[in-house]
Amino acid sequence: MEMNSPIGTTPLDRARDGIVGKPLDRVDGRLKVTGGAKYAYEVAQAPEALYGYVVQATIGKGRITAIDKTAAEAAPGVVLVLTHENAPEQARNRRAHPVLNSPDIAYYGQPVALVVARSFEEARAGAYLVRVSYEEASGSYTLKGGLGQARVPSAGYSSPESAVGDFAGVFPKAPVKLDVTYTTPLETHAMMEPHATLAVWDGDSLTLHTSNQMLDQGRAAVARTLRMPVGKVRLISRFIGGGFGAKLSVQADAILAAIAARHLHHPVKVALTREQIFNVTTHRSDTIQRLRLGTDETGRILAIGHDAYSGNLRTESQFEAAADQTRTLYAGANRLTRNRLVPLDAPIASAMRAPGEAVGLLALECAMDELAYRLDIDPIELRIRNEPAEDPEKHIPFSSRHLVECYRAGAERFGWNKRQPRPGQVRQDQWLIGIGMAAATRGNVLVPSSASVRMGPDGIAIVKMAMTDIGTGSYTILTQIASELLGVPPDRVRMELGDTAYPEAAGSGGSFGAASSGSALYVACERLRAVFADRAGLDTDKAEFRDGMIVLGGKAVVLASLVGASGIEVRGEIRPGDMSRKYSQQSYGAQFAEVAVDGDTGEVRLRRMLGVFTAGRILNEKTARSQAIGGMVFGVGAALEEAVVLDPRFGAYYVNHNLADYLVPVHADLPHVDAVFLPELDDRTNPLKAKGVGELGICGAGAAVANAIYNACGARIRDFPITLDKVMSALPAQA
Amino acid sequence: MKPFAFERPASVMDAAIAAAVPGASIIAGGTNLLDLMKLQVETPSRLIDINRLALDRIEPTPEGGLRIGTLVRNSDIAADIRVRQHYGVLSRALLAGASAQVRNKATTGGNLLQRTRCYYFYDISKPCNKRRPGSGCAAIGGFNRIHAILGTSQSCIATHPSDMAVAMRVLDAVVETIKPDGSKRAIAIAGFHRLPGSTPQVETVLERGETIIAVRLPPPLPGVHIYRKVRDRASFAFALVSVAAVIQMAGGRIQSARLAFGGLAHKPWRVPAAEQTLEGEAPSPAVFQAAADAVLAGAKGFGSNDFKIPLTRRTLHAVMAQATHS
Ligand SMILES: Cc1cc2nc3c(=O)[nH]c(=O)nc-3n(C[C@H](O)[C@H](O)[C@H](O)COP(=O)(O)OP(=O)(O)OC[C@H]3O[C@@H](n4cnc5c(N)ncnc54)[C@H](O)[C@@H]3O)c2cc1C
Ligand code: SF4
Repeated sequence: MEMNSPIGTTPLDRARDGIVGKPLDRVDGRLKVTGGAKYAYEVAQAPEALYGYVVQATIGKGRITAIDKTAAEAAPGVVLVLTHENAPEQARNRRAHPVLNSPDIAYYGQPVALVVARSFEEARAGAYLVRVSYEEASGSYTLKGGLGQARVPSAGYSSPESAVGDFAGVFPKAPVKLDVTYTTPLETHAMMEPHATLAVWDGDSLTLHTSNQMLDQGRAAVARTLRMPVGKVRLISRFIGGGFGAKLSVQADAILAAIAARHLHHPVKVALTREQIFNVTTHRSDTIQRLRLGTDETGRILAIGHDAYSGNLRTESQFEAAADQTRTLYAGANRLTRNRLVPLDAPIASAMRAPGEAVGLLALECAMDELAYRLDIDPIELRIRNEPAEDPEKHIPFSSRHLVECYRAGAERFGWNKRQPRPGQVRQDQWLIGIGMAAATRGNVLVPSSASVRMGPDGIAIVKMAMTDIGTGSYTILTQIASELLGVPPDRVRMELGDTAYPEAAGSGGSFGAASSGSALYVACERLRAVFADRAGLDTDKAEFRDGMIVLGGKAVVLASLVGASGIEVRGEIRPGDMSRKYSQQSYGAQFAEVAVDGDTGEVRLRRMLGVFTAGRILNEKTARSQAIGGMVFGVGAALEEAVVLDPRFGAYYVNHNLADYLVPVHADLPHVDAVFLPELDDRTNPLKAKGVGELGICGAGAAVANAIYNACGARIRDFPITLDKVMSALPAQA
Repeated sequence: MKPFAFERPASVMDAAIAAAVPGASIIAGGTNLLDLMKLQVETPSRLIDINRLALDRIEPTPEGGLRIGTLVRNSDIAADIRVRQHYGVLSRALLAGASAQVRNKATTGGNLLQRTRCYYFYDISKPCNKRRPGSGCAAIGGFNRIHAILGTSQSCIATHPSDMAVAMRVLDAVVETIKPDGSKRAIAIAGFHRLPGSTPQVETVLERGETIIAVRLPPPLPGVHIYRKVRDRASFAFALVSVAAVIQMAGGRIQSARLAFGGLAHKPWRVPAAEQTLEGEAPSPAVFQAAADAVLAGAKGFGSNDFKIPLTRRTLHAVMAQATHS
């Protein structure tokens, strides 16, 4: 099916008390909490796998002049030391990077060797014995330092710039002008499961058990890198302990495990340690963002401009599209958005949860808050005054947009009417209390995906697709969709995911996973329903599927009796179509936060937080809410804590490269975080009428916290994260 | 992790003898040592496991204090009813530290001897005089948000990260040890940790093999017990600045004030002159400022930790205001 027209009424709409949307517990929950779910590094393998440990470069840029591996090779248990001298040649491509392919050091922490041994401990001990000599070169390591080299990047996920009307002419003359610069730091994904791969060769065929979000894409990348036919590569990833974008592309663990296993004719597994992940894999670039908002006296936007700078390794083209949401969120006739990329000698920057919006909204939504105070207009009212009737740049309708409803419902539930319009008005003991809000928006996409569904004479539906579940709940929502459409209980659905041997699927990224893979399944189930109806001699459009039967009028036929001895299998496929071109598609929400600022020390403590969202049909109330809350927690981290710190004396050296020093929120930081979805169906997005949920929660969340800090104490910190030292310096003297 | 021998001595005396062998290291809870071994910051060739020795009791002392065995876990000290009633500052300091899981493993002696959290100390590819004497100090001129502002040297600006030790400093605890020759000594906590000077690798006055048996607390101090820890998140973060205070009021005046600070130096920081500034005075912002001036005499920031100077001042003010209800 190609999504070329609105879907109309579907069986999911007709289901009166259907299972889709219900807060079904995770179908894989028991396996996970009992240790039955095996992650890549834990998959049993005969013969038992050898262990690889990565050695990293300790210079910022330059060249390896010599590698002395004598001591490492002689160390107990070590069977191989792989370096650029004995690693095979590899091909460059967008989704994986050759490893140990040259003596050149492009960035600090780049892998320079892999030590393989009988145990992890022996491999690690051996790794410390590898002596690498370098010839150092000078490099450019910081975004700020490299701003002079900023360039217009080539289009990737998004286009680098957009212009409508006459921003340059109108902004300077606007009656009210705000021109502010925000900075956001480099961030690491910090998912729970580190990157890990077990590589097994069978002749010239390679199987990688690997923690990867996008299996089909990953398979192609591995094949290209190792110069193999795609058909000879299989990726398996049944369970993934989080990714947040870190596992969209194939990382060094997979390539190195594959190379070493081929070299040794023996299975090899490689996991990156937390410290290694910071430099060996990707991160979210830091950004410098200039926001210019020009309005009339009533707050109506006349001109809106957003310039966003991010950095990446000089051979990379991906930029942090932080200016993007500014193209659709607010009305205004004169618009200019520009994403710029600064080439650096630093580890590779790539997507991290809500690439673009997560940091773009920190800047835009704080700037809107500044504007509201400047104009003395309630921040919600200011936003409503600038609510566009159509996509303000493409001039096409929105597929669905209930942002104003989110503001209103959120304001009501949160008690927004108690907000003091001036900062610093509410004090409890040493605490200054404030509330703030921000808008959330995240682009919605549909990507090609396919699925197969089979029913055998036992009446069990078996669904297969190379979809992944990165902890989000794919297994569960897909089970619900199949269960609903085929009229069989969830425990009669077997969901087989995470294997490139299955039909190609969307994978998990860009919040498109559930809707894309679910739509493919929807199409497959519709096909199967048609076959059943045909065989039962009933009208597909009128028949009901329930309790393992197809039912119409007085007639009920058991599905299992219709499949014959060998069962029936059908495939379904979804592709994006005209709907994505004709309609501007986004998920939306309104974020609210209450914080307490310690009037002595500047410590900020979140008190409560609420997000009210619309994202089309919600497939599972519980998993969707968990995603939204998880995203909001990311936002709290971005606002208050998370920052990779660079020490350019050593290159792009990340000083706090571990989770003791790179702080993310802990339970005590998150007293009460709630997320609510308002009912919405969007028949232009996909057959499920759903929109993306996974990244929506982070959008605007940090800005709501930052705006609450301003409301609490009057400190407007434009340099994230808002740590206590920055707040303290803006506080008045103690009495 | 390098291969190492593992032994379990039968007595504290045996432990001290075993620990005196070059390359040997005592392991208690292991919450600090194991992390350092994985990164090869420490590479002991022998581990002396003392966990099975009977050093895990809290007992009253004849003078009316408490004697805390070195193997009492941090969570057990914090929960002990006598500690909670009479040494509130200690219980609070412990509960402000680490996480419940770490506290369940961490021991008294291990906590006192935990190493600094300096980022560069943890990365063996970077210069660090504490780890590799003579290699330089990467924190000076680098990122030093968590580093010291007092008692620093050109060789090292690291802090001692413990919360417990700060409370013990304010209580004037005494560290009891045994040496390999069987002799025992009692070391006042004030003199237990050293400043970095030109030998930052030497962190305490302990001699080779000298093993901690217990920590003795003097009889309880009357007054308000406060432990205020300022940190970058609400839990599970080391102190940027912490203040342990025991303050007693009489007739609207500060009768006695004891203050120790964490996060500022290579050891828990205590300045008698600051306490004298407060004693006998009626609480007021000016008096608190004068005390802060005394504490911060000679304070020096290194860039990213400059904020600790005003932060210490403001935190002390807040603690004094709380303690004196002013
Ligand atoms: C993630 C994390 C967060 C933390 N947060 C905090 C915090 O906020 N505040 C805080 O105060 N601490 C914190 N800690 C540190 C923690 O308190 C220490 O790791 C712990 O107290 C060490 O005790 P241990 O028994 O595990 O020591 P071990 O790791 O076993 O030993 C530490 C050192 O002490 C020596 N040693 C141990 N016992 C003796 C003895 N009897 N005689 C002689 N030498 C001995 C060992 O040889 C070793 O050198 C944190 C630790 C971690 C891992
Ligand atoms: S501050 Fe001390 S521990 Fe840190 S790098 Fe310098 S010498 Fe090493």
